[in-house]
Amino acid sequence: MLVRYLSQIGRYFLMLAEIFRKPTKWSVMRSLIFKEIDDLIIDSLGIVAFISFFVGGVVAIQTALNLTNPLIPKYLIGFATRQSIILEFAPTFISIIMAGKMGSFITSSIGTMRVTEQIDALEVMGVNSLNYLVFPKLIALLLYPFVIGIAMFLGISGGFIASVYGGFGNSTDFISGLQMEFIPFHITYAFIKTFVFALILATIPSFHGYYMKGGALEVGKASTVSFVWTSVTIILVNYILTQLLLT
Amino acid sequence: MIEVKNVEKSFGDAKVLKGITTTFETGKTNLIIGQSGSGKTVLLKSLLGIHTPDKGTIAFDGRIYTELSDADKRELRTEIGMVFQGSALFDSMTVEENVGFPLKMFTTKSAAEIKERVNFVINRVNLQNANLKKPSELSGGMQKRVAIARAIVNNPKYLFCDEPNSGLDPKTAIVIDNLIQEITKEYNITTVINTHDMNSVMEIGEKIVFLKEGILAWEGSKKEIFKTDNEAVVDFVYSSNLFKKIRKAQNKEDE
Ligand SMILES: Nc1ncnc2c1ncn2[C@@H]1O[C@H](COP(=O)(O)OP(=O)(O)OP(=O)(O)O)[C@@H](O)[C@H]1O
Ligand SMILES: [Mg+2]
Repeated sequence: MLVRYLSQIGRYFLMLAEIFRKPTKWSVMRSLIFKEIDDLIIDSLGIVAFISFFVGGVVAIQTALNLTNPLIPKYLIGFATRQSIILEFAPTFISIIMAGKMGSFITSSIGTMRVTEQIDALEVMGVNSLNYLVFPKLIALLLYPFVIGIAMFLGISGGFIASVYGGFGNSTDFISGLQMEFIPFHITYAFIKTFVFALILATIPSFHGYYMKGGALEVGKASTVSFVWTSVTIILVNYILTQLLLT
Repeated sequence: MIEVKNVEKSFGDAKVLKGITTTFETGKTNLIIGQSGSGKTVLLKSLLGIHTPDKGTIAFDGRIYTELSDADKRELRTEIGMVFQGSALFDSMTVEENVGFPLKMFTTKSAAEIKERVNFVINRVNLQNANLKKPSELSGGMQKRVAIARAIVNNPKYLFCDEPNSGLDPKTAIVIDNLIQEITKEYNITTVINTHDMNSVMEIGEKIVFLKEGILAWEGSKKEIFKTDNEAVVDFVYSSNLFKKIRKAQNKEDE
């Protein structure tokens, strides 16, 4: 069991090295990258915006409802909303959702190419299929921090709107809470996490699709397994990075 | 001409190819036949370089694959066309893009030159008005034609087909077989076809290699296969009653 996991992990790192060997012609690669940006980044914006806005609102309302003591200042609503969205909600929570959305898309599209011999066809022609399939995804996901940036902005906006228009506090309080004890390194920390999560989101689902065996049914199973491993890895890496960067 | 010498291949403890020696001739349709599990696909994939043989050599007109430099291997790969069992068309691309793919990847041709060549081969496989369709909108037989067009677009010297007519009705199967044979003659290609379809054997079997449990048990032409006394071949070829009757009739005719 353990040996199997270790050999899988070994194979994963060998795959990473292979992605950068024998690159595909630039004119072809360029259009692949644009396609991946469209499929992975642009296509995710809607759901990310929707979730961030409303979860941001809920975070603000819940904080407000818990501040029943009149001695606690109202600007804490803005402060708590900012902290939870920037530190955890936007980078980590959204990435777990993306492990489901982008991840299952990546695993099933590469897995389908595997079972229908399209990957063999690429190899026979002399194309490095890992470079052809995974490299453009990696590059497209360099834009992933923008997605998370949007999530942060909309999450806080949602919090602002919910707290001001929900009658939990006025806008001056909320904004002064947003500005309170602002530590710039928290933003750096959040984006370092985001960047690492982007690499995980591009490569782990690709690995599960590329090395799958079987037929159409197994493509579905591989997507599920891939989601589990991608999210477990994100959670673990989140813990390790937090320990390393914030303590 | 592809010369196969003493090729052995094992997976773990299972010896799949047990020393195959044969030649596949230029300008001919060479068939590999044999029961399911006899090693046909493994032999074909060894020719393609997807599997590396444990022993023995494979020479493409004198060039021994395993001894080539990486650059020469890549060069040789561009001379190879392959038709996969399930066609293996890229389903995110149109017919035109599929067929033009090898040109776009491996030549310096301009877009206009690519388009011209693509249209030429699409016409050659008798597929009109399908240029902008996606593979999912085509029938199995049409997909096979696109796969053949993609395999020949870059003027290959060697063409490999893994069960090119499996899953097709007998009539379409023969059309596809004949198309492959015509193209082989027209461009003097070394074509190797993996099949267990006896119709193909009778239609286009110019050189037949019969595999049995990883051993080359017999080789010859379609004329010879009906006369051989080799028990394994007779057993395989005449496994159905229909063919047994044909054999009787054929032998009578010859007397
Ligand atoms: N990648 C592999 N790993 C391990 N064993 C393999 C592999 N590929 C093929 N084999 C084994 O090699 C033997 C021959 O398989 P092969 O696919 O060549 O048969 P085949 O003649 O093409 O059969 P079919 O007509 O069903 O396609 C089988 O016993 C198979 O289990
Ligand atoms: Mg086979």
